Amino acid sequence: MRQYGLTILAFLFFVLAVGMSWAGTLSSYIQLVLMFVGVNIIMSSSLNLVNGYMGEFSCGHAGFMAVGAYTASLVSVWCFTAGSVFGPNLLPPAWAAVLFPFILLFGGLMAALAGLLVAVPSFRTRGDYLAIITLAVNYIVKSAIENIQPIGGARGFMGMGRVVNGMKEVADIPWMMIWTWIFVFLTILLIKRFVSSTYGKGIIAIREDEIAAEIMGVNTRRAKMVAFMLSSGLAGLAGGLFAHILGYINPGSFGIMKSTEALVMVYLGGMGSLSGSVLSAVFFTLLLEILRPLQLYKWVVVPLILILLMLFRTEGLLGHRELTDVFPRLKHIFGSRGKIDAAL
Amino acid sequence: MPLFEVLGLTHFFGGLKAVSDFNLTFEGGELVGLIGPNGAGKTTVFNLVCGVYHPTRGEVRIEGRSLARLYPHQVTAMGIARTFQNIRLWPEMTVLDNIRVAHNYRLSYRFLDVILQTSRYRTAEQGIDQRAGEVLEIMGLRDYAEELAKNLPYGLQRKVEIARALVIRPKLLLLDEPSAGMNLGEKEGLIGLIRWIRKEFNLTIWLIEHEMRVVMNLCEKIQVLDFGETIAHGTPEEIQGNSRVVEAYLGKEID
Repeated sequence: MRQYGLTILAFLFFVLAVGMSWAGTLSSYIQLVLMFVGVNIIMSSSLNLVNGYMGEFSCGHAGFMAVGAYTASLVSVWCFTAGSVFGPNLLPPAWAAVLFPFILLFGGLMAALAGLLVAVPSFRTRGDYLAIITLAVNYIVKSAIENIQPIGGARGFMGMGRVVNGMKEVADIPWMMIWTWIFVFLTILLIKRFVSSTYGKGIIAIREDEIAAEIMGVNTRRAKMVAFMLSSGLAGLAGGLFAHILGYINPGSFGIMKSTEALVMVYLGGMGSLSGSVLSAVFFTLLLEILRPLQLYKWVVVPLILILLMLFRTEGLLGHRELTDVFPRLKHIFGSRGKIDAAL
Repeated sequence: MPLFEVLGLTHFFGGLKAVSDFNLTFEGGELVGLIGPNGAGKTTVFNLVCGVYHPTRGEVRIEGRSLARLYPHQVTAMGIARTFQNIRLWPEMTVLDNIRVAHNYRLSYRFLDVILQTSRYRTAEQGIDQRAGEVLEIMGLRDYAEELAKNLPYGLQRKVEIARALVIRPKLLLLDEPSAGMNLGEKEGLIGLIRWIRKEFNLTIWLIEHEMRVVMNLCEKIQVLDFGETIAHGTPEEIQGNSRVVEAYLGKEID
């Protein structure tokens, strides 16, 4: 019973969010914010895999989000809508309801392949130098998209709204809310399983001492490749969701600003803390919405929070700890793997 | 076939000859020391064996198989484990996790097994937990399993490092200055520990050491390096009486 506490809470939240959106209790603005919370949770927890658990500094996460967003959007628009770019639809629009998750996964796969652009250099270099490479990859992706005119170039790409409408022909339920949160839960589950396995702990050993990790039997090249591809693949998923939630994307949304937002969320929540990433994504997304009346001045307030955080709590709110470590009582609800008892 | 051979190992760092024509053979079961003044190239020899550097010339073989061009983790999988001069545990991980991660050298599952938590994954992780527990128990570290490695006193960290190396079930264990930074009592304990693990795990041990008390006490054979060259090898008694060794350590008398 105990270990299902978190699952039950998540399920309750899911039912409430979807139910209230469907019933119309939540305004479409609140729904939008809720979905962005989900997208940001995927962004921050996937970036945490590289920056927190593996100890590299990747600052081009939005680049992978862009690859996922464009891939998923292009495929879904090509398959399910008739338009000037791709001509008539290949498949009946209603099929989108079933095929959409596969399209998202395909977007994630492409983003994971783009992750190789960072993973391969990471074999030879690390730290500051690798950070510059990730920055460069972000710009490469953004500029490449800006210069491909058939998919809209800098003007952006749209049509995903009609794909979502196609799903609504099947059943009038809040499809994007459902897909977003399903993928959020899958992401968290995936990362949690990965970092608690002996295989995944290899990347924590890389952070702690890469040479010792390699000599003590960790295949550091493979571990880095897996971590980078997993991280960027999940960012791609977030991108695909983001594109279909908004119905319109342009390369400008995936610039260095977006990457910075992801970084802020990771550092706010704490390096190497999954629950920290989730909490900070929720907090940060809501904060940006609350500060919206300040308009551009919110970009004075938000970095200021970051400066204060770095001054007074360098490791973030939950650095290298999980929520259950800070509040042990929560273990009664969430459960935790009995560590030494399991071993002995 | 000898267990382990080093044949004509030579390595240059740029124009500097760090190791020159190093030779060694273990039949299995030996406990051999490698000594020499600072900068003699002892740790470089270990790094060459482990695959951290690839030698300019020469070859290393374990059970007849060459280790040329292998990555360090592949060398580890062939049965060579080591500890480090400056302890290199993973400080922010628990002792238990330090031991667990060392099992990566031979994992029987893949990435997808982790994600889907297949029975293959669960069985393997159970095996790892069990083995890690056993090793901690044998080494008397059970009480520290949940402690972060960095919070342990120096002597215990050394012990955890040896435990981590033993997990790999090595045929050959390399110890790089195991007594460095230890006090007298800890050194005595270490000598006992090395003797004991050698018998318990049926190991061949090769160690670098500066502390003569430890070397002379433990080793059956000793090889002496100076400026990358082997200047002597033999039993502890022979080494103690060797004029070139005394010269390397203390300098030449001026007439």
